[in-house]
Amino acid sequence: MSELVDIGMPRLSDSMEEATVLAWLRRPGERVTRGDGLVEVETDKATIVYEAEADGVLEEIVVDEGSTASLGAVIARLRVGDGALSGGQRTSAPMPAEQQQPSVGDVEFRDAIRQALDEELDRDERVIFFGEDVAAAGGVFAVTPGLYEKYGADRVFDTPISELAMTGAAYGAAITGKRPVLEIMFGDFLALSMDSLINQATKYWFLSGGRYGCPLVIRSVVGAGGRFGAIHSQMPISWLIGITGLKIVAPATPSDAKGLLKAAIRDDNPVVFLEHKRLYSLKGDVGDGIVELGRARVAREGGDVTLVSAMKGVHDCLAAAEQLAEDGIDAEVVDLRTIRPLDAETILASVAKTHRVVAVEEGPLTGGWAGEVLACVTEQALDELDDAWRIATPNTPIPYSPPLEDAFLPGPDRIVAEIKRRLR
Amino acid sequence: MNHTSAPERDDPELFQQLYRRMLLIRGFEDLVQSLFLKNEVYGTTHLYSGQEAVAVGFAGVLRPGDRVACTYRGHGHLLAMGTEPEALLAELLGRETGVNGGRAGSMNVIDPDHGVLGCYGIVGGSIAAATGAAISLRGSGSIAVAYFGDGATNQAYFFECLNFAKVLDLPVLYVCENNGYGEYTATDAVTPGGIVPRAAAMELRTTEVDGMNVRAVRTAAAEVVARVREGGGPELVEARTYRFVGHSRTDPGKYRPEGELDRWRERDPLTLARALLVEGLGVMQDDVDRVDADVASELEQIASSALAAPFPEEVAIPEFSGV
Repeated sequence: MSELVDIGMPRLSDSMEEATVLAWLRRPGERVTRGDGLVEVETDKATIVYEAEADGVLEEIVVDEGSTASLGAVIARLRVGDGALSGGQRTSAPMPAEQQQPSVGDVEFRDAIRQALDEELDRDERVIFFGEDVAAAGGVFAVTPGLYEKYGADRVFDTPISELAMTGAAYGAAITGKRPVLEIMFGDFLALSMDSLINQATKYWFLSGGRYGCPLVIRSVVGAGGRFGAIHSQMPISWLIGITGLKIVAPATPSDAKGLLKAAIRDDNPVVFLEHKRLYSLKGDVGDGIVELGRARVAREGGDVTLVSAMKGVHDCLAAAEQLAEDGIDAEVVDLRTIRPLDAETILASVAKTHRVVAVEEGPLTGGWAGEVLACVTEQALDELDDAWRIATPNTPIPYSPPLEDAFLPGPDRIVAEIKRRLR
Repeated sequence: MNHTSAPERDDPELFQQLYRRMLLIRGFEDLVQSLFLKNEVYGTTHLYSGQEAVAVGFAGVLRPGDRVACTYRGHGHLLAMGTEPEALLAELLGRETGVNGGRAGSMNVIDPDHGVLGCYGIVGGSIAAATGAAISLRGSGSIAVAYFGDGATNQAYFFECLNFAKVLDLPVLYVCENNGYGEYTATDAVTPGGIVPRAAAMELRTTEVDGMNVRAVRTAAAEVVARVREGGGPELVEARTYRFVGHSRTDPGKYRPEGELDRWRERDPLTLARALLVEGLGVMQDDVDRVDADVASELEQIASSALAAPFPEEVAIPEFSGV
């Protein structure tokens, strides 16, 4: 007996949605052995030769050379025999969140970041950019290609894997005339940057009596949902939020990512700029302007309940708001954009209208910014409040397995369920 | 500028200046000690007494535009770079006229106007600060200098930054002041392989120097600084020195073997410098004594002015700039 096994479009990168077949290395009817190169596929970030995972005969090519197919779509079929079949052909499970993102405009979030860096490097010679694999390789999330070629090794450069040295050096450069932008590849690695941030960079302006700043930006990739496990998925905001003098920026859209990064680079003191890895492929319109730090945005107007969130959480809240609308609950969504300093004014104005606030934080419940939002509202507008609570992640490490990780995150379903329960 | 040091060795005027600066540092530290005991200096202090030849030997060959990063034992580094003694003392006294308006205290002073990036309360912090400054200084002809103790060579900052600087070919000079003890623990007990081989393993050029002898330090400093300035890449100097006092205010230094302090005191940098001036360079003993009297009088005046300065009334620095 033999059976046909589907060959799915493989996953080339964390964020890909589709890929293009460059060349078929086997023709229909040809025998293939497990491990043989079968097809060459590429995205704008990567090119790979995908190998056969079983012995058999190539039955049919579904996606021709030059054509594009989405992740997991059948691109060919392989006929495998009795003895040759060893586990069959697996196809990669698609990333759940990417395809749900609203898609308006043409610029990807990752490219908005690159544009901001490009424009600021071009505008101000004092701006330099460095990190691990950011220059020649263009970044492991393909955010910074072309900058090294354009600005040269004096201004855009790769470093050893030395977060302590990189962050300390960024501080040293920042207080001697440069405006460094440092990429810490994953937010989890910020643990190694903490000494410079806490004990050096955020003290300088204070010690100098406001005469001298420390214009330093750390960009870092954060957040769960990418199946990266407990130590490449964390949200480091609760570690950072207690550092006086540190601004924390957390954009949700390509437009804000670009405008806020430009503002961060122009800021005279340290800014940590967080990029959610599940937003990198989100598309939208971007402009050339800067977006002021410390100002939240009302992403959706509503009168019944205020949802305060940031980054990926904003999109979860917007999706939840649409579902709630079907049940007659009119939710307002506030996108913080900057976590510290917190824009109390925008939050309080919304709460004055809705009298209910829920802070939706991707990050551990204890010690997070959601608690700060609630403290702000209860201290300053207790009379306005009918209800106030937090939706955050459990106080546990982030699990790897997809169903466990999905259940761990505060997605739209949980937001809808909690709001319906509390507003009943 | 001619970086060869041979003509300088014969210049009595220069070595009188260096002696004077070392004496000022020693006298300043004695004053700090005395004011601490009178409850005028608060918290803790880490005195530089015994190590003066290192900071003074290096500072004299640096130029405007060079930057140095100091340790929490930084009074000597600051005074050698030209920080106003009265402003530094006022800072330690917590006064408004202090270098940083009383916000910093002994361990955290910054003085960019005199080329000082900062004094770092975290062991090894100075190494990173100077490494980063060297990124800014690439190609400018200026260099960055990190002072740090033997204890810092066990910190990740040391290994990461020396490698980082070598890879990026930065104009930074790492000056390790090995005073024999990391806090209360003997360096030899916790530093297998020694300090110089660690830097040499990362292909930094290394130099060892007698850190009690200001002439030896200055000679080595002139050569090393010139190489780094001319684009030769990062280098490390290990200066062997000794602190005549405990690690900090509460440390009587009882862990030192009997007789060790006395043996080092025989090589007190001030004693060696006086001998150089009088016996080696033909300066009259009266002239040296006059320097001693001048410095003593200067310190008295500094103390009375600093003690008369007002305390600050408020910090007045908001948390965030520009928001």
